Amino acid sequence: MSGAAVELQDVSFAYRDAAGVLDMHFDLSVPAGTVVAIIGPSGAGKSTLLSLIAGFDRPSGGRIVVGGVDVTLDDPANRPVSVLFQDHNLFAHLDVWTNVALGLSPRLRLNAEQKAQIASALERVGLADLQARLPGEISGGERQRAALARVLVRKRPVLLLDEPFAALGPALKAEMLGLIADLNRDTGVTILMVTHTPEDAKAIADLTAFIDTGRVAALRPTAQLFAARDIQALTAYLG
Amino acid sequence: MIRLGPFAAAACTALLVGVLVATALISLAAVAVGSGSGWSLLAERAVWSAARFTLLQAGLSTLLSVGLAVPVARALGRRTAFPGRRMLLGLLSIPLALPALVAVFGIVTVYGRTGWLAQAFAVAGFTDVPNIYGLSGILLAHVYFNLPFATLLLLARLEAIPGETWRLASQLGFPASATFRLIEWPALRQALPGVAAIVFLICVTSFTIVLTLGGGPAATTLEVAIYQALRFDFDPPRAVQLALLQMALCLALIGLLRRLGGGALPMPGLGRSVNRPNLASRAGLLTDSATIAVGAVFVGLPVVALIQAGLTPALPGLLSDRLVWRAIATSLAIAAIAALLAVAGGWSLVAAARGAGRSGRWARLATDGGGLLLVVPPFVIGAGWFLMLNRFGLAFALAPLVVVLINALMALPYAARILAAAAATQTREQHRLCANLGLAGWARFRLVDWPLLRRAFAFAGALAAALSLGDLGIAALFGSERLVTLPLLLQQRLGSYRSHDAAGLALLLALLCLALFAVAQLATRQRSREPQS
Repeated sequence: MSGAAVELQDVSFAYRDAAGVLDMHFDLSVPAGTVVAIIGPSGAGKSTLLSLIAGFDRPSGGRIVVGGVDVTLDDPANRPVSVLFQDHNLFAHLDVWTNVALGLSPRLRLNAEQKAQIASALERVGLADLQARLPGEISGGERQRAALARVLVRKRPVLLLDEPFAALGPALKAEMLGLIADLNRDTGVTILMVTHTPEDAKAIADLTAFIDTGRVAALRPTAQLFAARDIQALTAYLG
Repeated sequence: MIRLGPFAAAACTALLVGVLVATALISLAAVAVGSGSGWSLLAERAVWSAARFTLLQAGLSTLLSVGLAVPVARALGRRTAFPGRRMLLGLLSIPLALPALVAVFGIVTVYGRTGWLAQAFAVAGFTDVPNIYGLSGILLAHVYFNLPFATLLLLARLEAIPGETWRLASQLGFPASATFRLIEWPALRQALPGVAAIVFLICVTSFTIVLTLGGGPAATTLEVAIYQALRFDFDPPRAVQLALLQMALCLALIGLLRRLGGGALPMPGLGRSVNRPNLASRAGLLTDSATIAVGAVFVGLPVVALIQAGLTPALPGLLSDRLVWRAIATSLAIAAIAALLAVAGGWSLVAAARGAGRSGRWARLATDGGGLLLVVPPFVIGAGWFLMLNRFGLAFALAPLVVVLINALMALPYAARILAAAAATQTREQHRLCANLGLAGWARFRLVDWPLLRRAFAFAGALAAALSLGDLGIAALFGSERLVTLPLLLQQRLGSYRSHDAAGLALLLALLCLALFAVAQLATRQRSREPQS
């Protein structure tokens, strides 16, 4: 697998919640194989941006192009995209092995080669011994590693991370960021990662996007963005 | 393809329901127009007195059931840990599972002319025994059914109050009165309109209880009048007009209840753990204990009576009677198929509503549409089909099929509500994960929905089967020598004053219904899993 470019062209979406409606409008171009951190205040639209790319939300206008293919109207399962959430990435009633296997076949029909892939993915994230456990029987960090094993077997060219390490302690988080960086280096997968901590972005992201009130306010090389003084909202956000 | 799946299934369900209901209504309308008798019925005093009595008994039943349920629910909500609490909650759910005819049997055994209460009165020297037939008996039976039901619903609402609220209240030193005024009552008031609405509708369309306990023209309802017009007077146009009158009445009432805020119905909790400190006040403890005890005796006595009367010398004879076994087999077969259809149909609506995602419009349509079914009394649908099939001489040939379908229709709204409430516990991440991984249709049902929701599926199935198992109205319309269900047999034995037989059959029917719930619960108990290492 190798990465795919992600482009949002004139994508508009009306976000509704208790507070009212926020008209979002995204233009974003991410080159194949890059790691992009997405930062910004709560409610600015970071998660919505990922939901639009993954297909959980439908834009009211514009185009979403992944790897040169227009996926705007595709179902989530047909998009070349894997997703990791902060929590609930595993089905709690299915064991680790089955949760990983679902990444290859939703009907669990697997051939020998696929079973070997699952074994090697579990080996790589260090969960080979725990594959028969239920998610509730392993630690939070192990759960996220199991979800990462599923990302490995799916081999989709784009990986969307919605604060998947926010609930982990510093050491575990560093370890997971390391795994993500390795994954990008080894396979060239394009990664978009929502985060609240500048350190995460600085650790692994080539580029960082700053999202403010439903728009991509800036997309720059990570070091440059955090050094920038010309964006008022960013200065206010970083404090 | 993935998108089409759940919608196609829901459309099939909606189509089947629509055809069932529409055919019945068209058949009724055709008879009414064909008869040319006009609306002579509306000039009859008997009809208006039946309509008035329908509303009167339903209103009083609702007032008593829900009004008395408030203190019982509050007492149970305040006492979160006393020995036997779980058993008591189980006892409260028994009337929900009991067929009306069986419960009536238990009630008559306790409160009837020669019942336990009358005997106690006689011993005490009173000769004036209260009469159970007529309005008082109908009210008693309706309260017997709906008080526990309303209590469970209200208790569920109380238990939904977050634990922080209780900790905060105890930290601020709220006395019991302030707790009630500021915390319990606002929660109850939210649930009351919905609970009252459903109890009211159940009482308006109540058939078996009014048929058995109502006496004569002074205490009859529209539902029973429809039955009598069809089965005894054989006057279809009259039945049609009565049915239309009843539906108009129900629709008007629903509209009114909506206005008054008959909002969402809470679901009875299935043994939730509640984080509420037990209150220390001695007076409170005393009144709570008394309230709970009275409620338990009220619900428990007829159950005990049912068992005591049912263990008759006639029981061995019944168990070797082939007709009894045939009736049991018929009833179980009808109940099984009807329950399967109701759960499958209910799930198809819930799954489609879920697939519709954020809009939520489909979700509301599915549950509201299901709720509307409660307005069209199943008996009216039965009557429509009976009249149409009877015209072609098919009423008894097709009876099993029609009885199954209408029973399924009757249980559909309940099944859909139970499944919708259970499905609402699935997190947004789970839906998204399924969408991302392409888990849909059968694969999603087998791997995700069934393992997570099987308890709700089992409960919905058991409730649907119990409703169908206890059905007397539809079975009485279509019943014949060839189609004998257990409730019909029980009614026949009651009618021919073979009371030992009737007592035995009532016990058998009660045990069957309770066994349904027990089996459903046992079969879907969460298996504990040993970690493999």
